[in-house]
Amino acid sequence: MKFQSLIAAASIAAVGFATLSFAAEISGAGASFPYPVYAKWAEAYRKDAGVSLNYQSIGSGGGIKQIKARTVTFGASDAPLKGEELEKDGLIQFPMVMGGIVPVLNLEGVQPGQLVLDGPTLAKIFLGDIKTWDDAAIKALNAGVTLPSTAIAVVRRSDGSGTTFNFTDYLSKVSPDWKSKVGSATAVEWPVGLGAKGNEGVAANVAQTKGSIGYVEYAYAKQNKLTHAKMKNKDGKVVGPETKTFQAAAANADWSSVPGFGVILTDEPGADSWPITAATFILMHKKPQDPASAAEALKFFNWAYARGATLADDLDYIPMPEKVVGLVKKEWVQVVDANGKPVMPSASN
Amino acid sequence: MADVALNPSTAEPAAKAVDRASVLRGFRLGDLAFFNLTRGAALLVLVLLGGVIVALIAGALPALQTFGFGFVTSQSWNPVTEKFGALAPIYGTLVTSLIAMLIAVPVGLGIAIFLTELCPPVLRRPIGIAVELLAGIPSIIYGIWGLFVFAPFLQQTLQPFLISVFGNIPILSSVFAGPPYGIGVLTAGLILAIMVLPFITSISRDVFETVPPVLKEAAYGVGCTTWEVVRNVVIPYTRVGVIGGVMLGLGRALGETMAVTFVIGNAHKISASILQPGTTISATIANEFTEAVGDLYTSSLIALGLLLFVITFVVLAFARLMLLRLEKQQGK
Repeated sequence: MKFQSLIAAASIAAVGFATLSFAAEISGAGASFPYPVYAKWAEAYRKDAGVSLNYQSIGSGGGIKQIKARTVTFGASDAPLKGEELEKDGLIQFPMVMGGIVPVLNLEGVQPGQLVLDGPTLAKIFLGDIKTWDDAAIKALNAGVTLPSTAIAVVRRSDGSGTTFNFTDYLSKVSPDWKSKVGSATAVEWPVGLGAKGNEGVAANVAQTKGSIGYVEYAYAKQNKLTHAKMKNKDGKVVGPETKTFQAAAANADWSSVPGFGVILTDEPGADSWPITAATFILMHKKPQDPASAAEALKFFNWAYARGATLADDLDYIPMPEKVVGLVKKEWVQVVDANGKPVMPSASN
Repeated sequence: MADVALNPSTAEPAAKAVDRASVLRGFRLGDLAFFNLTRGAALLVLVLLGGVIVALIAGALPALQTFGFGFVTSQSWNPVTEKFGALAPIYGTLVTSLIAMLIAVPVGLGIAIFLTELCPPVLRRPIGIAVELLAGIPSIIYGIWGLFVFAPFLQQTLQPFLISVFGNIPILSSVFAGPPYGIGVLTAGLILAIMVLPFITSISRDVFETVPPVLKEAAYGVGCTTWEVVRNVVIPYTRVGVIGGVMLGLGRALGETMAVTFVIGNAHKISASILQPGTTISATIANEFTEAVGDLYTSSLIALGLLLFVITFVVLAFARLMLLRLEKQQGK
């Protein structure tokens, strides 16, 4: 009896594997920040086009390694690769979706959006130079807000992350002190603060600790109803975190200035630009070993640009502006099969 | 079983002898196969262990070559400039485990003694099962509970209390220096204590139960108190087992990852105060490995793993040595 049921189980498993391997499938791996939106897109796309997408959210570093090793059709990274690195490995890179990074705080008597900060002040807080909420630098930006003398508890990411990369990149751009003492990377040597794992960890710690300040992706600030701060941008205008200001930053960026669209959307000019906006990138081989699945992947991205916007919006991700999408699609002709023919000739529709 | 083949009524004598020889050969072959299978299983452990060591050393080599001995003496952990030193995680690993053992060993032994010597039989099973259930809780649950329930509780109660009590005592005031964040080295140590408690308790209870009743009864007979029986009969008789349980707990405390990551604060810093954030080796690896870009960064994280391996090995070796010396002193 046991033996028979074993055989039955094995044959069911075999059939299962067989069907799995026959279905058209796109494989991707990398950044965890866009995982929720990629997963949602994949689900909708499978219903639409019958092609399934298997995305492993293993982190940007892992995604870069996987695409270089050609084990996946596309890799995903929050930090763009440099032009020469793309060249060396024969990769193309393009931005897929955006998010905003928002300073969040927990301070008695301060309402969401009430507190205004600028880059240099934010850098001083995260450097530990500003230690209390009633510091003169914060007061100067917030006439009319009563600020207690509570000590500032800095909360930051403990894990390497694209969020940290963009946040520290912004601080490096606006504060020479930050640039020389800390610098920017997916993980840095933080001068002060508590480390929490993931956006959800930072959100939870900020929600619990009185007098704390942290930074999270916009979606987490919104969904956890945390008190966000407004920021003074490069043009000296005070802006709040919202889709409009994130898109303004992307629209004002000079995308063709860096190969592979490797623009980091922090401290962009423009009256409406949110200063800490971040795009997340897709990496693909120019000469994929399996042109058919590369074509499927590009079809999926094409669909995501066209129809995925509302789904992204639901999750508080920001779709790429029209203008940028047009530029990206022009780059897709670089992905060719063994005969040098573009795998997706009609990419411009 | 061999007699079955020798049933006299079935075959002629000559055939019987052949039968018997072949059956016996079959048994010998079976035994040989069994011996080789079990030996293979045992060797597999050695191969796996060797493989892990080789992989760790190979992975850690770039970092060790770059930083040399400075890797274990430097506190700086800077992914931007690619300067890596492991002192802060090593310190955090040892201190959190120390705090955990300081709490879990007396409490665990206390529970085991109560369960075996003093507990009314009705309570024995429920308490024993409850302790074992503690061991079954996944570590991520301890982490979440620690972050959302335990840490805020400590921030409002124990930590302000410690700060105010020890505030004026010279050395202790810096060990318990504020501000109270809720999470930090002490919180991680306390969570670890809860996590290793069931290991120490169940193993101690099991070995305490092996003490022959006649020894205990004799001790009670000459007028010993319960404390004296435990101190002079039960503990000496079961010392090896108890230390084994403690070592198992210590091994878990040294390597525990998820629960610690949630509540330790993950700061690459050595603070005098145990209320401040710190980090451990396993927490650092878990936090940073996924997004570590660059060979030196990855290699440094693997080197941390190698260090944890070495620390665990040294601790266990030390425990063995201690046991050997104890046995020698007793003249066993």
